[in-house]
Amino acid sequence: MADDKDVLRDVWFGRIPTCFTLNPDEVTEREAEAYYLLLPRVSYLPVVTDKVKKHFQKVMRAEDVEEMWFEYEGTPLKWHYPIGVLFDLHASNTVLPWNITVHFKNFPDRDLLHCSSNSVVEAHFMSSIKEADALKHKSQVVNDMQKKDHKQLWMGLQNDKFDQFWAMNRKLMEYPTEDGGFRYIPFRIYQTLSDRPFIQKLFRPVSPEGNAHTLGDLLKEMYPDALTNDGEVKRYQILIHGIEPLLETPLQWLSEHLSHPDNFLHICVVPVPTD
Amino acid sequence: MSDNAESPTETQKEELQSPSESSATSEEKKKIDVLLKAVGDTPIMKTKKWAVDRGRTVQSLAQFISRFLKLDANEQLFIYVHQSFAPSPDQEVGVLFDCFGSDGKLVLHYCKSQAWG
Repeated sequence: MADDKDVLRDVWFGRIPTCFTLNPDEVTEREAEAYYLLLPRVSYLPVVTDKVKKHFQKVMRAEDVEEMWFEYEGTPLKWHYPIGVLFDLHASNTVLPWNITVHFKNFPDRDLLHCSSNSVVEAHFMSSIKEADALKHKSQVVNDMQKKDHKQLWMGLQNDKFDQFWAMNRKLMEYPTEDGGFRYIPFRIYQTLSDRPFIQKLFRPVSPEGNAHTLGDLLKEMYPDALTNDGEVKRYQILIHGIEPLLETPLQWLSEHLSHPDNFLHICVVPVPTD
Repeated sequence: MSDNAESPTETQKEELQSPSESSATSEEKKKIDVLLKAVGDTPIMKTKKWAVDRGRTVQSLAQFISRFLKLDANEQLFIYVHQSFAPSPDQEVGVLFDCFGSDGKLVLHYCKSQAWG
């Protein structure tokens, strides 16, 4: 069994091989070749796609370039979800590389938030951390941090510096031993087949009787249909960072080790592939 | 996948309800009570308590406030929970109520400039 610290590293360095192609309706001066990248699962699309933008803009006229956005098989990809969540939710059972289509016009206002610069991503990221800490520690840890500490979390993510990020993030993962965990577990459950964005409610890591709550306990309460009952054929996969953790895994452990840098445990419920 | 139930481009036919009359009937579980508080020099709303659909997004609520206050189209409006974080614009207020509401209502602060973090 690997050391738990190794899990943090494995999660951080998770990559998805991706092939970006230009939407064929875009106006170009010459043919746009595909562009390949290894995308970090824990990051956000605008943070890691500068090169993609430069690559395609080389063959386009400036007046044909509006805000860049991404789409996978007709679904606009929300930049404010971590990349790994987008992949697990929309593409987990497809052949790699992940084929993403790049657009420079017809921004889908109904589906996507605008993102004019990385500072918008930073604001979203820091808000998520603050929201998570409101659940974990009544905001006490994040409020005790200084501005430069917040910056360290963001810079760590933006520059893919594991040690820089975790030197600060470990403070957000602390809790009084006697409590056995955080106040509440910051989690979000996403469903492929739903028009609701995600499920998020209050859920404690420990039951009133003092037993550790598991991933299965969480799903039983929040989304019982996602679980397979005895004698049933499995209908859904429960994915975190592309893997299916055992339902017996304690939720507190998952929150400390498999949360994204925004401090939320992002759980995807996707239909089992039929073929 | 579509969040278009709360599309920003859609003209809003049904506005928020005020004052809250929802507490009595059980079918009104779909609505939650939201208390809106202004920060700094942002204009206050005479009616502070509103019954809001759980599925309404933060963005749609911000647009409602902007219209109510007759803000210019180019003026931004920031919304905060617990005077600490700005929820994502596509977050549903029902989720915020479940996680951060207290005494049967959700308190949100709104501001024309960035107030916290």
